[in-house]
Amino acid sequence: MINKEFFLKGYKSILKHDSPAIALGCCFIAIGALLKNLGFNIQESIFSTMLTYALPGSLVMAESLLVGASLLNIFLAVWFVNARLYPMAVSLFPLMMHESQPKWKYYFSCHFIAVSAWLIMKSNYKSIPKEQRIDYWIGIGSATWSIAVIGTFIGFFSSDYLNKDLMMGLAILNPIYFLCMMVGASKTIQISLSVLLGLVLGPIFYFLTPEWSILLGGLVGGTIAYLIGELNVS
Amino acid sequence: MSANIVYAILVTSLATFLSRFLGAVSSEGIKETSKLFKWFNCLAYATLAALIARTIIFPVGVLIDASYLSRLAVVILSLIVFFISKKNYVYPTIFSAVCMAILSNYF
Repeated sequence: MINKEFFLKGYKSILKHDSPAIALGCCFIAIGALLKNLGFNIQESIFSTMLTYALPGSLVMAESLLVGASLLNIFLAVWFVNARLYPMAVSLFPLMMHESQPKWKYYFSCHFIAVSAWLIMKSNYKSIPKEQRIDYWIGIGSATWSIAVIGTFIGFFSSDYLNKDLMMGLAILNPIYFLCMMVGASKTIQISLSVLLGLVLGPIFYFLTPEWSILLGGLVGGTIAYLIGELNVS
Repeated sequence: MSANIVYAILVTSLATFLSRFLGAVSSEGIKETSKLFKWFNCLAYATLAALIARTIIFPVGVLIDASYLSRLAVVILSLIVFFISKKNYVYPTIFSAVCMAILSNYF
């Protein structure tokens, strides 16, 4: 089963001084308030965060519901926005694969793939033995997931007290936190260029195709960064 | 629960889980030292960066009402705080929320 020691070690990673707990919690407070304003009840709001656990996807769903989009439209819009989770999973799971671990752990824990948990795991995996990394990851994922659920709960019940300025403050907090983490993670040419090109190309592609801009920005920027990094090494 | 909202939540979670699950399944044959892994690593970082830029420059939700200038000011000032605080993640994050709330009140 799950190794308790490494699970707890992962769970406690959100208590560190530079943990994403505050940023993540505040973002889901904003989501909780938004869902309440859209007419969700508390069960639906919590259910949404527990099952989706991805901020941009929840925002897209909320927007789509607001304009009366069909279920197929919601599916496609969310799939496009959250397709970034695919390369995130492929760039994380090989670090945790171990033949002694059952596959259900990997299939179950892929639900925890989200920017905060992914960035914590990426910066800490080297200090964990490979065999135990999946248990450590489940600990990190459970912790960030709990924060998201608690944040939604608080946001739902405090929405009446949050004015527009406060909501704006809560909304900018998440991209700023991620931006700082990405800048902090830029320690090699490949990663630094990937971050830089993604930041520049994402908005440029938005003018051509808003739906595909994130994926195209990532694909083109990431590929150029990879090729330059490989050329530099050779 | 309203049926429409429940269906929307289920569809949203299915669309989200699909990418995560496919990623977990297809990473089974990939070694962490392979070129394919390195390429996907670059794709993941670049995609996240593109998402962050889009969230700030072309936001959805409440941020759409904040001016470009105030959003740009918050990003630049927060990055300055990040470097001044020796790359601490919490200070610039909290600073950004306070700064945005104040700027949106005046601009």
